[in-house]
Amino acid sequence: MTKNIMIVGVGGQGTLLTSRILGGITLDAGYDVKLSEVHGMAQRGGSVVTFVRYGEKVAEPIVEKGQADVLIAFEQLEALRYAHFLKKDGVLVVNEQKIEPITVVTGAAQYPEGIIEGLEQEHTVYKIDAMEEAKRLGNSKVFNIIVLGIAAKHMDFSKEAWIKIIEKTVPPKTIEINKKAFLKGYEG
Amino acid sequence: MLGNEAIARGAYEAGVKVSAAYPGTPSTEISENIVKYDEIYAEWSPNEKVAMEVAIGASISGVRAMASMKHVGVNVASDPLYTISYGGVNGGLVLVAADDPGLYSSQNEQDTRCVARAAMVPVLEPSDSQEAKDFVKFAYEVSEKYDTPVIIRTTTRLAHSQGTVTLEERVEPEDKPYERNPAKFVMMPGNAIGRHLYVEKRMKAMAEDSCTFKINKVEYNDTSIGFITSGIPYQYVKEACPNASVLKLGMVHPLPKKLIEEFASKVEKLYIFEELEPVIEEQVKSWGIEATGKEVFTVQGEYSANMIREKILNEKVDSKEPAKVPARPPILCPGCPHRSVYSVLNKLKIHAAGDIGCYTLGAVPPLNVIDTTICMGASISTLHGMEKAKGKEYIKNWVAVIGDSTFLHTGVNSLMNMVYNQATGTVLILDNSTTGMTGHQDHAATGKTLKGEIVPAINIYELCKAMGIEHVVEVNAFDTKELEKIVKEEVARDAVSVIITKSPCVLLKGNVFPYKCKPVEEKCKKCGACLKPGCPALTKNPDGSISIDDTMCNGCGLCEQMCKFDAIERVQA
Repeated sequence: MTKNIMIVGVGGQGTLLTSRILGGITLDAGYDVKLSEVHGMAQRGGSVVTFVRYGEKVAEPIVEKGQADVLIAFEQLEALRYAHFLKKDGVLVVNEQKIEPITVVTGAAQYPEGIIEGLEQEHTVYKIDAMEEAKRLGNSKVFNIIVLGIAAKHMDFSKEAWIKIIEKTVPPKTIEINKKAFLKGYEG
Repeated sequence: MLGNEAIARGAYEAGVKVSAAYPGTPSTEISENIVKYDEIYAEWSPNEKVAMEVAIGASISGVRAMASMKHVGVNVASDPLYTISYGGVNGGLVLVAADDPGLYSSQNEQDTRCVARAAMVPVLEPSDSQEAKDFVKFAYEVSEKYDTPVIIRTTTRLAHSQGTVTLEERVEPEDKPYERNPAKFVMMPGNAIGRHLYVEKRMKAMAEDSCTFKINKVEYNDTSIGFITSGIPYQYVKEACPNASVLKLGMVHPLPKKLIEEFASKVEKLYIFEELEPVIEEQVKSWGIEATGKEVFTVQGEYSANMIREKILNEKVDSKEPAKVPARPPILCPGCPHRSVYSVLNKLKIHAAGDIGCYTLGAVPPLNVIDTTICMGASISTLHGMEKAKGKEYIKNWVAVIGDSTFLHTGVNSLMNMVYNQATGTVLILDNSTTGMTGHQDHAATGKTLKGEIVPAINIYELCKAMGIEHVVEVNAFDTKELEKIVKEEVARDAVSVIITKSPCVLLKGNVFPYKCKPVEEKCKKCGACLKPGCPALTKNPDGSISIDDTMCNGCGLCEQMCKFDAIERVQA
């Protein structure tokens, strides 16, 4: 059975690094895997989405509406934007951070209230203020790996496998802090 | 492996010796990966026409060569492409053209297969990373066997998807001997007539032979429904209808007519499933074959498996309606020098003829400066056209804005034209020392090559001066007072002038300012002036005061300059 993971956020939040870690672990486990990423203009602070699909044999590289097993959202509004991609029994892992899009900053739109509460009505939601946790660890940039750590609990790989792939994927100087961040999410 | 990485690997394994390209999403990573192979000479050329011609030269000299570019780049390269189709090759010649269905990062959604049909060049279309690598290698065989350049057509979804790829060794084909052959490579009328006839013959032979090419693959399953498809859409067919019969075309031009006729005769209901233009469909229908295509599928955007489920299988896709949420369009980064320039132009109520790059984002609120964006280099010539149509007074509140890389790409010619034809317009060259939007590629004015060698940089200031432009001014993009003064002077002037706003992209390594901007609460008058340039690090609090996100602020100090009340200070980071 193919497993469908989505990572959504705002350009610059590290969706590419996270998807590479995910892609790496699925490959190491011997699955066929396809990843689809966004590069270029959309990266400039826009809404970005990355798909990871793994299984015995994967055809299409994208996850479609109503098919995601796990939705990893680095920002609240982006969680809401892509929530309809979740399966009925899919899991949403969301960072509580809010980043106002330019449409809100200029007053053309309003940032919705009560996003997470609303999503909790319909989905299994795991939320975390990952930015705060990351600052406590001493590097706000690793918030995304904390979120990944929570999501990892809903996938089929061992803790050791995760640690190994993080060591292999992140820049050498940041291995220790990223490992700490992952465990923060994984072990709570 | 990313599709683009697989293409680079294919070039390596095929024994390619020369690669030339201009960066453009979604093709950029091809060169960024090719450069890792020491066996291949790889360069960023100033534009796609130059890149194509470099590859052509390498091919004529007898080695395998590649040019890569995005779909609109093919327009720039089309002059040499159309004619080298006549000339053919010596060493194999492949052009990788990356289409962008869904317009993730482009100004149009054109279909390279249409160009290829007009240029009479064969097109191969892979459907995953493994095929991307394999098809590149096969393309060189086709190129040399049929004496033709070959186009590999990719799309964003292929270029930026990763899949598993089996690696093989590099082959080192011997260089083809060079012999002078004007009848083939000097395309003047007398020679071109003969070559045009050859091209006709070549395309017919390929159409015939491609019926047995392995890359044109028939999968017979349930014959009540059959698909002719290619590229990424093939994956959607396999996902939605794993039991349908499929003719998967690896070569989408010319088409294997006999193979298609045979397939069509064996399936009850035939669908043609191709993104963008009905290129396969129109040809197939012109042969009298009954099929369904664009009657149910759109010409716009990307396809999906759900599209087949809904439109053909009449299955209801089980998902909620998407929530209505505020859009999040891309924006200039915090600390971007373009924002500073646009805040000045916005203040002076100046209209800009724009160009292609990150700075195209100056078109959207709250900056609202750019009125036009057509293609690479068009800003300068568009402004010139306006002046010639309406007179010099009309453009006194207009400028052209163009980036450094785009200026060298095709802006230079337009500036020459302004000088030659006695224009009076003002051109702003937003020099951020890189090709920004595609992810920081070097160019002729950065002093560094794709291979990382340090080389003499083209001096844009001197280049403009050498054209005979008297008024060329350089200014720090973040010095808003000075910039404002200069812009006022130059737009008023009855002569061509160039303002080079210099400040490196803040995302370039080592260019983040060593500062952070902080609000000083007690001084804030809640006027909102600091919010005007639309820096994403700033947010307005419910009481009208502002917050600055420490993790996002790059310390450029533009908000500090916007504030008349010293209510924002720039402190050491």
